[in-house]
Amino acid sequence: MFKIIEKTKIWFTFSILIICVGMGFLAVKGLKYGIEFGGGAVLQADLKKTINYEDINSIRQMTSKYTDDAQVSTVDSTGIVIRSGNLANEQTQKMEQLKADISKKYNIDPNTWTTESVGPSVGRELRQNAILAIVIASIAMLLYVAVRFEIRFGVAAVLALIHDILITLSVYAILQIPVNSSFIAAILTILGYSINDTIVVFDRIRENMRFMKRVSYEELADVSITQTMARSINTILTTLFTITAVYFIGVSAVKELALPLIIGIISGCYSSIFIASPIWVLWKNADKRKSLANA
Amino acid sequence: MKEKSPFIFTLLLALIIFLAYLAAFGLDFGTFRILPMGKLIKQGLDLKGGVYVVEEIQDKNIQSDTVDATIQQIKERVDKFGVVDPTIVKEGTRRIRIEIPGISDPQKALELIGKTGNLRFVGPDKSEILTGKDVKNSFVSFDENNQPQVALQLNDSGKTKFADATEKFMNQEISIYLDEDLVQSATVQAHITDGNAVITNMKSNEEATRVASLIKSGALPVTLKAENVRTIGPSLGADALSRSITAGAVGISLVLLFMLLYYRLPGFVADMALVVFILLDLLIFVVFNVTLTLPGISGFLLTIGMAVDANVLIFERIREELKTGKTLHAALNAGFHRAMTSIIDSNVTTIIAGIVLAILGSGPVKGFAVTLITGVVASMFTAITVTKFLLGLVINIKVFDNPKYFGA
Repeated sequence: MFKIIEKTKIWFTFSILIICVGMGFLAVKGLKYGIEFGGGAVLQADLKKTINYEDINSIRQMTSKYTDDAQVSTVDSTGIVIRSGNLANEQTQKMEQLKADISKKYNIDPNTWTTESVGPSVGRELRQNAILAIVIASIAMLLYVAVRFEIRFGVAAVLALIHDILITLSVYAILQIPVNSSFIAAILTILGYSINDTIVVFDRIRENMRFMKRVSYEELADVSITQTMARSINTILTTLFTITAVYFIGVSAVKELALPLIIGIISGCYSSIFIASPIWVLWKNADKRKSLANA
Repeated sequence: MKEKSPFIFTLLLALIIFLAYLAAFGLDFGTFRILPMGKLIKQGLDLKGGVYVVEEIQDKNIQSDTVDATIQQIKERVDKFGVVDPTIVKEGTRRIRIEIPGISDPQKALELIGKTGNLRFVGPDKSEILTGKDVKNSFVSFDENNQPQVALQLNDSGKTKFADATEKFMNQEISIYLDEDLVQSATVQAHITDGNAVITNMKSNEEATRVASLIKSGALPVTLKAENVRTIGPSLGADALSRSITAGAVGISLVLLFMLLYYRLPGFVADMALVVFILLDLLIFVVFNVTLTLPGISGFLLTIGMAVDANVLIFERIREELKTGKTLHAALNAGFHRAMTSIIDSNVTTIIAGIVLAILGSGPVKGFAVTLITGVVASMFTAITVTKFLLGLVINIKVFDNPKYFGA
């Protein structure tokens, strides 16, 4: 049997440490917003040749004619990506000219470009919607778990969720990965997935409680975690198989969605075993002490 | 039943393989063709290329009727482009999302959508006779020689103005302008007092349609500003699709292989159920006309990984039941029964998150949520029905009737 609960302090410290470092980065450097949140433009094209350092320099020169804040980078060795905060909607003409300039130099069809420009107000609304969605989803899941199980399970599960969101946010803040609208989708999927994992463990505790009346809550939780361990590992493996395949093979737009999912799914699996159940045990034991004191 | 089990199982296996082949490659019977599923599912803009615009209405205090009218007019304008199946929908209270597949010039699209469209009827002396506000309707009709013409219906304010003008400019030309562009000129041939006019001498049906729709869609009732403009090059979209398919194939193969290696016989059954799940999920996309986007594909692949979860839960439970000394039959029933509460409770919570996402998310996020929800529901269904039925068949087959194969 796995002895998870007795080492609760280690698990909590580990998570809190990551989150503290992450929140530190968040406070100092902030999140790096992609253009969907921050506003700006992204232009992308396949130049049909391996891009070297000189190409990047000459493209940088070309962009400096239209904007002074452009970042030029490559994707998949032949693709070029230009990002700029200034080249937003009002300057579609400048964007078109820039596309034409580069297309001409590298002899590609100007219609093959992929571009995106976003006004600044969209981002604020996206952010508000994201927070609203997380709050509403959490409350709805808390209610469901409280009704199907009991309120302590619900609160412990939601705390585990908050843990997963904070871990994912921390990784984003520490590694300065750009946040965009697929990040919101990822966060909400993590909510759904993590609670899924937690519920399987809690379901086992609920079931074992019926005929293991004499054992402590620690043992009850450890037994249940042990019984569901094979399932937890196999499920996270199969889920990671598909989503990491997407991350390594898919195009950049999909990678942006797959990465937070991978982080969140690992965190969700971890939290359902090492965070949610210990919280429930702590709470149960506190209740027991209280009722003993009252007796 | 017992004697027939091997036969039924083999038949089902063959059927599943056949359906999977059909879904992947389609069939060609000469005149009758079954298209592969990939061709039947509607692809989003990010897969086939096109222009994606989110316009924000700048006017304050707008009625929702006004927004609907604006959307209708943009629809008419985009239709003039001759594109196949554009999407124009309201997003929130003051945004309109427009997706035009197959074009790659955002400048042109923006001009077309956002044109304020100042419609004017001008007399030969350059005086303004009517504006877009005076026109009630405009459509194509045909004269007695079956020649196309444009019919005009004016409202009350237009009726009197037009009656005066047609009297004053008899046998002279009236020109119709949209902004600075001349739409059509016509010579006044009658004094029109009832507000119903026709413009004859149309060269073709197409021209009549163009003139009628330009007059009708006239001016937008609101001022729009493009908040988000995206152009997806067609080759990049195709590349995204083909790489997603490769990613899917690799991911699915890994899952199938893992289940087979870890669970052996029940793993094989789970693999069959997983293929049924994939087919069912794709069928739902086709039947409900779900538009598959890149985030949607990711959601779909994620649910494939999660779909196995129900099977894993069931198999682990069967293993445990077998260890308590139950017979295979009893263990199977107990395993299913006891795994069910976990499966339902865990999936319902995921669906809750999916629904919130579908309601609050914008365009691409919604696509992801829809595939996530359908995936979870379909996976629950296949795990409960297909896996159970197949396992029931398997334990009736003599060679497999051994608890060892089920992890005892």
